Amino acid sequence: MTASPQVSAGDETELLAAFDAVIERHERIEPRDWMPERYRSTLVRQIAQHAHSEIIGMQPEGNWIARAPSLRRKAILLAKVQDEAGHGLYLYSACETLGVSRDELTRMLIEGRQKYSSIFNYPTLSYADVGTIGWLVDGAAICNQVPLCRTSYGPYGRAMIRVCKEESFHQRQGYELLATMMRGTDEQRAMVQESVDRFWWPALMMFGPPDADSPNTEQSMAWGIKRDTNDELRQKFVDMSVPQAKALGVTFPDPALVWDEDRGHHDFGQPDWDEFTQVVKGGGPCNAQRIAHRARAWDDGAWVREAATAFAQADA
Amino acid sequence: MPHVHDHDADHESVYDGLTGGDDSQWAFGTDFEDPLAGVDTTIAQGVDASALAAYCLMLGDDALVYSHRLAQWTSNAPDLEDDIALANIALDLLGQARLLLARAAAADPAVVPALPDGSPVPPEDALAFFRDEAGFRNVRLVEPDNGDFAVTMARLLVFSTYRLALLERLRDSNDPVLAAIATKGVKEVAYHRDYAGRWFLTLARGTEESRRRLLAGLALVWPLYDELFRTHHVEAAAADQGFGVDPSGLADEVGVVLEQVLTTSGVERPEIAQTGAVNGQTGRGGRHTEVMGRLLAEMQVVARAHPMGLW
Repeated sequence: MTASPQVSAGDETELLAAFDAVIERHERIEPRDWMPERYRSTLVRQIAQHAHSEIIGMQPEGNWIARAPSLRRKAILLAKVQDEAGHGLYLYSACETLGVSRDELTRMLIEGRQKYSSIFNYPTLSYADVGTIGWLVDGAAICNQVPLCRTSYGPYGRAMIRVCKEESFHQRQGYELLATMMRGTDEQRAMVQESVDRFWWPALMMFGPPDADSPNTEQSMAWGIKRDTNDELRQKFVDMSVPQAKALGVTFPDPALVWDEDRGHHDFGQPDWDEFTQVVKGGGPCNAQRIAHRARAWDDGAWVREAATAFAQADA
Repeated sequence: MPHVHDHDADHESVYDGLTGGDDSQWAFGTDFEDPLAGVDTTIAQGVDASALAAYCLMLGDDALVYSHRLAQWTSNAPDLEDDIALANIALDLLGQARLLLARAAAADPAVVPALPDGSPVPPEDALAFFRDEAGFRNVRLVEPDNGDFAVTMARLLVFSTYRLALLERLRDSNDPVLAAIATKGVKEVAYHRDYAGRWFLTLARGTEESRRRLLAGLALVWPLYDELFRTHHVEAAAADQGFGVDPSGLADEVGVVLEQVLTTSGVERPEIAQTGAVNGQTGRGGRHTEVMGRLLAEMQVVARAHPMGLW
């Protein structure tokens, strides 16, 4: 697909120099360009993980479609979850330009050989969670993803531009749901606060471990795949969220959260990184359930995909 | 290798827009409180408002209940493209339901369930979420669990063929709201029928297993077919007064369209006993299948827990 098997060592040095020069100039690598194998495999890992997150992320919100409390909210939620399927589709397509098929990627997800965002291993327990996921989880995702619009691999960067635009109105919709509920009854306000309390720390974990413990960050930044460190993005998210929480009338469950005049940023506490490790390793509240759901949908659909293939071949 | 500008302006603006500013860029704005805003809701001369409302509930409930069922495919479809397509169909029907229930409420406020004084629940939501099972007027075809993808495609083919024939005629309704809803709905449901028809053919001609499942699916769906064309007295009045369609007049056309799909697919029209009525009443008369109560229990649970809730 990319690296031709016939290149000699001398050619490879030249190719690598040309590749490095493209990265240096902040230009984009395209599918037909030569690229180092580790760049390719790092991208496959990252894009696939992102695509899987979109697809697994359909489940916690999909959990509330049937119970959405108004016709308008039901339409908004259904359309949002549908957008996530669309994001999964473009990201799998971007990944396919690197020579891995959607079938293979789905199998790797189901078999636990590739990961997805740990946030989706938390359950959705009230309708307010639909709003909180939009506001905080999509908000954190946007902070992570906006810099990826400029990532060095062309198909990924272009997919991310569209994904970010859609994620930004999902965030707005989530915030708008919470703001509306805050104007409702005392029970609704309590529901919003409880949901925010439950999702705040997992949202902060979405940026990954502290920089000191993030093994992949340095190489990914050198290649222009990643543009900001985990801690930089986490800080940006906290700074962005605090005024939004104030406008909404909710608090975050962090006694250490305070404005630091000297730094020009908020100080804040650390999430429970042991819990993070446990969830990443498969021991979160919903890991098994999410994968079982995806595996069941995929297996149940196998005969339909086989029928479509057989029909297309007979028709050809 | 096109040059990528390294300044952040294009992308940072994505979340700049999140705090305040112009609402028009959002897919679902915060400003559409009344689904019929700006529409002339005057009732034509000679039209009985309560019959008009009852008729709107019938067509609205078909769309609402079927949308609810189809939305249950979300994250469960055989492939992402079908997850997206089924969500689209569910969204189209949900949009039709919202307009039809709003029309019912505007035509005759007496159909709207009573809520505590000061409740902010809009009338179309009161109809969807606070009405009891016997008040629902949908045909029973839209109620059962989805079953597998073959059952779903068989049911979608039958339902969308029926609804398309109905909406095509309803475009001539003397009720301007119904005529407008039908004009919009025809385009949507034509796609639903096309999608179901293509899958019907694919499954019929795909593999042995897909054909076996499709035939079983069609047999499961078919016993509720005749009910679609039974004329309820509200539908007779709707046709007489010029705002609605007598469904018995659709049977031939729907039969011909389905026959074409079945013949192309090499499938025989099932010869199966039809599901009976309950004391002479079917879905249009508020007599439903056993699963309907559970469907409504799930759909209405959050709304009913918060009759004063603002969503």
